[in-house]
Amino acid sequence: MTTTVAPSSTAAAGTPSRRPRGAKLVKMLPLSPAIGLMLVFLAGPIIYCVYAAFTNMALTGPGAANVKFVGLDNFRKAFSSGAFTNSIWLTLVFTLISAIIGQNTLGLGLALLMRKSTKVVRNFVGTAVIGAWVLPEIVAAYLLSAFFNDDGTLNVMLHAVGLPGQDWLYGAPIIAVSLANIWRGTAFSMLVYSAALSEIPKEIEESAEMDGAGGWRRLLFVTLPMITRAVMTNLMLITLQTLSVFGLIYAMTRGGPGTKSQTLPLYMYEQAFSFSQIGYGTAIALVMLAIGAVFSLIYLRGLNSEAA
Amino acid sequence: MVTRKRFIAAAAAGALLLGVSACSQGSTTKQPDAGSSQSSGPAHIKIAYQQWGPGVVMKNFLTGVKTEYEAAHPGSQVEIVPVVASENDYYTKIQLMMRSPNTAPDIVYEDTFLINSDITAGYLKPLDDYIGKWDQWDQFEDTAKGAARGQDGKTYGVPDGTDTRALWYNKEIFKKAGLPADWQPKTWDDVLSAARTIKQKVPGVIPFNMYSGKPMGEASAMQGFEMLLYGTKDTLYNYDQKKWVVGSQGFKDSLNFVKTVFSEGLAPSPKDALSPNMGSKVGTELLPQQKLAIDLDGSWIYGNWLKSGAKPWPQWSTVLGQTAMPTQDGSGKGKVSLSGGWTWAIPAKSKNPDAAWDFIKTLQTQKNAAKYATDGAQIAVRKDVASDAAYKSSSASTQFFTDLVSVTVYRPALPEYPKVSNEIITAMESVMTGQSQPDAAAKNYDQAVEGIVGGKDSTTTKSTGQ
Repeated sequence: MTTTVAPSSTAAAGTPSRRPRGAKLVKMLPLSPAIGLMLVFLAGPIIYCVYAAFTNMALTGPGAANVKFVGLDNFRKAFSSGAFTNSIWLTLVFTLISAIIGQNTLGLGLALLMRKSTKVVRNFVGTAVIGAWVLPEIVAAYLLSAFFNDDGTLNVMLHAVGLPGQDWLYGAPIIAVSLANIWRGTAFSMLVYSAALSEIPKEIEESAEMDGAGGWRRLLFVTLPMITRAVMTNLMLITLQTLSVFGLIYAMTRGGPGTKSQTLPLYMYEQAFSFSQIGYGTAIALVMLAIGAVFSLIYLRGLNSEAA
Repeated sequence: MVTRKRFIAAAAAGALLLGVSACSQGSTTKQPDAGSSQSSGPAHIKIAYQQWGPGVVMKNFLTGVKTEYEAAHPGSQVEIVPVVASENDYYTKIQLMMRSPNTAPDIVYEDTFLINSDITAGYLKPLDDYIGKWDQWDQFEDTAKGAARGQDGKTYGVPDGTDTRALWYNKEIFKKAGLPADWQPKTWDDVLSAARTIKQKVPGVIPFNMYSGKPMGEASAMQGFEMLLYGTKDTLYNYDQKKWVVGSQGFKDSLNFVKTVFSEGLAPSPKDALSPNMGSKVGTELLPQQKLAIDLDGSWIYGNWLKSGAKPWPQWSTVLGQTAMPTQDGSGKGKVSLSGGWTWAIPAKSKNPDAAWDFIKTLQTQKNAAKYATDGAQIAVRKDVASDAAYKSSSASTQFFTDLVSVTVYRPALPEYPKVSNEIITAMESVMTGQSQPDAAAKNYDQAVEGIVGGKDSTTTKSTGQ
C-alpha cells in the first residue's frame, strides 16, 4: 500500500484534509472486503490450528465431545515419540536429496545447457521437463509408481543392460519418492534459472572468456555470483514446496513400508485422519511450520547479505 | 522463450487450481431439501454404510428394504450413501459427516469396536425410548444387545449380525502337500509346520495369510493379532483391575509369530500384505483361484462366493475346510475366536430420527434380518433367525462358526480401544517389514498405550481375568 497524497479522497469524505486519520480510513474502505476475506480464510484457519494444537481435539472418543486444553502435551508426546523423530529425519533427507540437491542442481544444469543448445533441442527438452510439472500430482505419482514397481520400467531397463534391479518402492522407498519428486519438480527450478540467466549481460561473460577463464571458472566466478539472488529465492521456494509434499508420497508408498517413507506430512495425516487425533496432528503441523520458518530464515539471510 | 514457458507454467498452475476447486465442490455433501422435512410424515432419510471393494450384498439388501419402506411410507425418500473406503478412511469419513447437522446421515452403520468411542464423542443418539416401545427387541440375543451399549448403560445401536473367526484351509492343496483333509491343529507350531510343509511341497501357493499392518486397519488388529494374543496367557485389558495390560510375554510371542510367518516367506510378501485391497483380494482372488492354502479369517468370507457375492464360486463348500485357531500351546480351551459385528445407529445430529428409526425397524423385521444373515454371511443375532431352518442350512460353514460362539472373546468395549488398536497395527507393521524386532515394537506399544490411557497408573503387567 503506497501512501501517496491523494487529494481525491478528501472530496469523497467531505471533511478537510487535516484529519489524515479519517482520510486513511476512507482510503482503506475499498480494501476492507479483501482484508475481511483474508482474515476469515487465511488468518482464521491458522489461528484455529494453533488453538487445536494445544487441545486434545479428536474425531472420536472423549476428545470429540469435550475439547480440553492440554498445554504442551501434544508437543511433549511428539518429541518423545520414535515415529515422530523418524519422520523429521526422513523429511530432512527427502528435502535435501530431492529439492536442495536434485531439483536445484538439475534445474540449473538444464537451464545452462539449454542456453547453449539449438532451438529444436530447447523446445523438446523444455516440453518434456515442463510436461512432468504440468501433470496433476496424482497422475504423476501413478506413473512413477509404475516406473519404480518391481516389474516396472526402471527395473526392465536395468536388467536390459545387465544391472541388478531392486524393488524400489519396498526396498528403498525414500530414494524412490525423492527421485520422483526430482522428476516432477525440476521444471520449476529450470524456469527460475532460465529467467535469471537470460538477464546476465552477454558482455560480462564474453570479457571473462577474453581474459582466459574456462567454462567451469566462468560458471563459478561469473555466472553463479550474478544469479545468487535467484538461487536463494529458488531454494526457498522449492524447500517449502518439498517440505509439504503429501500426495506424491501417499500415492506411491502411503509412507510405508512400515514408516520408511513417512515424512512429516504423512505422519500428520495418519495421526489426524487415520487415527483421529486432530489435536496431535495440528501440533505436528505447527512443528512443520517451524521447520519451514527456519529454512526460510536461512535463505532470507543469504538474500539480504547479497543485497547489502 | 522464457515468457512463453512462464505462460505455460501459469496456465498449468491455473489448471491445477481449477482441479482442486472442482474437487472440493464435488466433495461437499449435497442434501436436497432434507432440512425442510419434519420428523413426522414423509421424510428424506440418508443412510451411510461402508462398501468393501466389489461387494454389493449390502447395497442390494438396502435397495430392497428401501423399496419396501418407500411403498409403506408414501412420499418418503431413502437415499443410500455407500462410502467406498478402506477401514480407517470409512470411520474418518462418517465421523466427519456426523460432526455437522448439514452432513450428518440419518442412519449410520457402526462397527461395534468403534461404537463406544463414537458414543463418548457424542455422535450418536440413545435409542432406549424407541427400543422400549419395540416388540422385536426381545428377539435379540443378550450378548448382541450389549454390543452397542454405552458406558452410561444406554443402547445406541441395533446389531444386525455377529461373526467369529477361524482358519480356512484348502483341502486340495493340503492333499498335494500330504496333509490331512480333516486338519485339527492343536498349537501355533502345528499351524506353522503345516505352512512350512506347503511352502516346501506346493510351490507357487501362498501357505498362510493373516491380515497385518496399517492398511487393513482393525482387520489386522482383530483377525490377525488378537486371534494370536487371546490364545496366549495374556490379554489386552485386565477387567479385574480395570487397567490395560502392557509388557506381557503373550504380546511379544504374538509379534514373534508375525515375524516368523513374514520372514520365512510363509505369508504373502509384506508388500502385498500391505496393500489396502488385501481383504478383497483374499476373498475374491487368492482363495477362489486356489493360490492360498490357509487363511486366518472371518466367518463371513464365503459371502463373496455366493451367487449374490462379488466372486461366485460354488465349489468352495467342498474345497475349503474350516478349523478353529488353536491356542499358543494348546492350553486353556484349546481354541480361540473373537467376535465383533456391526450395528445400525442414528447420529445425534440426524434431522429425521423418527423416520430413521422406522427404517431401522424395517431393516430388522424377521424376514429382512434372515435375508441379510444369509446373503451377508452373518451369524444371526435374532433368536427367531438363528433357529430358522433355512438360515441354518444356508451354508456349509454356518454350523461350525456358530459353534465357536461358545469360546469367543469380545474386544474391550472401551472408548480407548480404537487408539490401542492403532498401536497394535503399527507394531505389527514394523515387525512384518523387518523395521523393528518384536521386543522393540512391544516396548513402543507399551509406551504408546501408557500415553493413551493416562500414564502408568492405568496400566498393569498382569493379565489375570478376562
